[in-house]
Amino acid sequence: MPDEQFEIDILRYRPETENEPVMQTYTIPYVRDWSVLDALNHIKDNLDGTLSYRWSCKMAVCGSCGMMVNGEPKLSCNTFLRDYHPGKITVEPLAHFPIERDLIINMDSFMEKLEKIKPYLIPTEEKPLADGEHLQSPDELMKYKQYSMCINCLLCYSACPEFGLEPDFLGPAALSLALRYNLDSRDNGQDQRTRIANTDKGVWPCMFVGSCSEVCPKHVNPASAIQQTKITSTIEWYKNVLMPRGSEAGGND
Amino acid sequence: MEVITTDIVIIGAGGAGLRAAITVAEQYPDLKIALISKVYPMRSHTVAAEGGAAAVTQDHDTLENHFHDTVSGGDWLCDQDTVQYFVEHAREELVQLEHWGCPWSRKSDGHVDVRAFGGMKIERTWFAADKSGFHILHTLFQTSLKYGSINRFDEYFTTDLIVEDGRCQGVVAIEIATGSMRLFVAKAVILATGGAGRVFRANTNGAIVTGDGMGMAYRAGVPLQDMEFVQYHPTCLAATGILMTEACRGEGGILVNKDGYRFLQDYGLGPVDPWPRNKAMELGPRDRLSQAIWHEQQKGRTIKTENGDVVNLDLRHLGAKKLQERLPFICELAKDFAGVDPVTTPIPVKPAVHYTMGGVKTDLTATTPLPGLYAVGECASNGLHGANRLGSNSLTELVVFGKQAGIYASEYAKNVAVTNQSAIEAQAEKYRQRIDSLLNRAEGNERISTIRKEMALTMEEGIGIYRTGDSMQATCNKLSELRERMKSAKLDDTSSVYNTELFLAIELEAMLETAASMAHSALNRKESRGSHQRLDGYENRDDVNYLKHSLAYYNADGDPKIEYADVCITTSQPAERVYGGAADDRGK
Ligand SMILES: Cc1cc2nc3c(=O)[nH]c(=O)nc-3n(C[C@H](O)[C@H](O)[C@H](O)COP(=O)(O)OP(=O)(O)OC[C@H]3O[C@@H](n4cnc5c(N)ncnc54)[C@H](O)[C@@H]3O)c2cc1C
Ligand code: FES
Repeated sequence: MPDEQFEIDILRYRPETENEPVMQTYTIPYVRDWSVLDALNHIKDNLDGTLSYRWSCKMAVCGSCGMMVNGEPKLSCNTFLRDYHPGKITVEPLAHFPIERDLIINMDSFMEKLEKIKPYLIPTEEKPLADGEHLQSPDELMKYKQYSMCINCLLCYSACPEFGLEPDFLGPAALSLALRYNLDSRDNGQDQRTRIANTDKGVWPCMFVGSCSEVCPKHVNPASAIQQTKITSTIEWYKNVLMPRGSEAGGND
Repeated sequence: MEVITTDIVIIGAGGAGLRAAITVAEQYPDLKIALISKVYPMRSHTVAAEGGAAAVTQDHDTLENHFHDTVSGGDWLCDQDTVQYFVEHAREELVQLEHWGCPWSRKSDGHVDVRAFGGMKIERTWFAADKSGFHILHTLFQTSLKYGSINRFDEYFTTDLIVEDGRCQGVVAIEIATGSMRLFVAKAVILATGGAGRVFRANTNGAIVTGDGMGMAYRAGVPLQDMEFVQYHPTCLAATGILMTEACRGEGGILVNKDGYRFLQDYGLGPVDPWPRNKAMELGPRDRLSQAIWHEQQKGRTIKTENGDVVNLDLRHLGAKKLQERLPFICELAKDFAGVDPVTTPIPVKPAVHYTMGGVKTDLTATTPLPGLYAVGECASNGLHGANRLGSNSLTELVVFGKQAGIYASEYAKNVAVTNQSAIEAQAEKYRQRIDSLLNRAEGNERISTIRKEMALTMEEGIGIYRTGDSMQATCNKLSELRERMKSAKLDDTSSVYNTELFLAIELEAMLETAASMAHSALNRKESRGSHQRLDGYENRDDVNYLKHSLAYYNADGDPKIEYADVCITTSQPAERVYGGAADDRGK
């Protein structure tokens, strides 16, 4: 173990004993290959068992470990000390969310939004299992695949200035997921989801700053999802105004 | 204590728990479900599965093939009635996932594609690139949102089962956000809490994979079956244990030692050509591959690194395009966590603990010996995997038997009533006091992280790829010592809100019990079979004495009691396991 040290400032908040968050500095050994999560685990195991944060997979796929590292939303398991060395780092809970304790945020609002956009296939008719799988060409799969890669880590919400101003904004992850199902050749629920997306808390607050796509660790590109949805929503709006409901066949293409 | 009354409690919202919940919601809409999980469902470790899920799919494949691959892969310790049910229902369940939206990879004709996997005679592994578990989990979770009867309790930590009048009638769980305990009274309980890989030091498992459900059932008197069978996956990143899926080899990747030599040919898996070839060389079963790497290390033919001895997983010949299409996540992980680009450089890998074949004893209906208690997924042992699981059988297991658990638990719940509510509440109170005393222990100087690390190390040393009586005994002794020391573990954190240290302590208590069940079951099995290999005079399989499941029973005052139960053999009599050229010759 090298004897070089590394400093890490962590935002602490214990609602039972503190009225407001405070910064606490820890000194840890500098290990080149450590992730920020490894550093937190070192602190929890050896220095201070009271530090609280979420994590599980340590391989950037479960989406638990999002935090602000030096002011940027990051997956802490996939962010390495070496990229900040020499120097120090500051770790804070994800921006724009209420803090429950230390680095743990409250994500209830996101769970509600997720449910709201109907993130499941709404087929025209149920296909019996005995008839086997739906056919879907690789091209049809590619249309929505990217938007199915979201790990719900919420980094995009922390990066989004509009969400900071309007907590009820459905936001990048939920809207991308809505598009994921809308673009799926097996789905016929686009009307229902567009009705939800096409509201003042849906796609419209988005000013296309694009920071959601920049911070997304899975390259989902929510900004483009929202743009696409805006276009569909506009078309839907015209259709609804110009054509009475029911005059078109449901079904997306 | 707040009481929540429901019909069915499901503990765990990974692939198995979600499949069970959806079954109950769809087929028994009148039953109320409480779905409890210590993490948000999409964080469950099913999310990390990469390679895919097996089901007979191609015209030239048969159920008999899948049956035989599984039974021989499990070194004949599989319950063949379970395996038969499994192979018959596998495809239907994967189609069901497709109907719910799972983005399986496709062939150009629009049908679902399949890939080769270790120990499987014909390609039959369905995959969603190399994020199969991620897509299965999110598909199931998102689909579950359709059903109003599923009441989720996210970030609730279950600590104990309530057993009253000889049956399981509920659980107690702590709301992590507040620290307050709730009593869930139910007519049936389904455990779907996942594996226990974190009892070992080097492993591919997430932080939450701590065997809590095994521990709960075990303490409630339910036997843990076949716990000595722990799967080491041969190809994991050395520093972190992060998995490099078997699909790397399914797609044509090779394993070489420090001389660039494909060493598997020396261990009954060759010859090398023709390549690729199913059930040969790199597509042999995991136990054999991990054992071969161990031998290479003994011979000094592995590569020394600061993170231990490794061999190389070489994917370069697959080319950038195929790697990007079939194994994009692997490329990302290798770059981020090992600093290697698989397009240009072989990936250094070594074996790490991956999967617990053993678990709460069940059968093909997910029913445990305790009335009212069901178990499914990696926490259960229904006899499917025997002494060695074949890769890609377990994701399918989650859905095939998740559905079974839903049905059997519902049928049971429909026909019983909760009895003796006041005794149930008294029990819950007792469990709360146990947690309170752990939280507020005045004396004690042990750190839980120290005990956890010592446990993981002794498991690695004693219950490794190869075992001896002495090494296993030493581990058993060490575990008893740790169990004692755990009684003076003292927490830094005595608060109520998100006291994550408390949950680490409760997990550790359960892990020490689970670890002991593994170590003692291993020590008692005086033969070598599948993933349990001994070097001390018991190098061979002994069907006369040990063609048996081991059952570990909890003993509050000391070592577990080990008993044995028969294996269900229907059509396949135990025979020699053969791979590589020998298997081809046999097939002719
Ligand atoms: C890296 C990796 C890759 C894999 N790849 C494959 C593959 O390609 N193919 C394949 O077939 N298999 C694969 N496996 C194995 C397979 O993924 C697992 O066996 C399977 O996903 C386990 O699912 P589960 O539903 O049983 O448990 P999990 O998904 O682990 O879920 C457990 C659930 O239980 C909950 N829980 C646990 N304890 C408590 C408690 N005390 N209180 C409340 N809730 C609790 C958790 O919150 C979680 O929701 C892989 C495994 C790993 C680790
Ligand atoms: S721990 Fe799972 S994403 Fe970081």
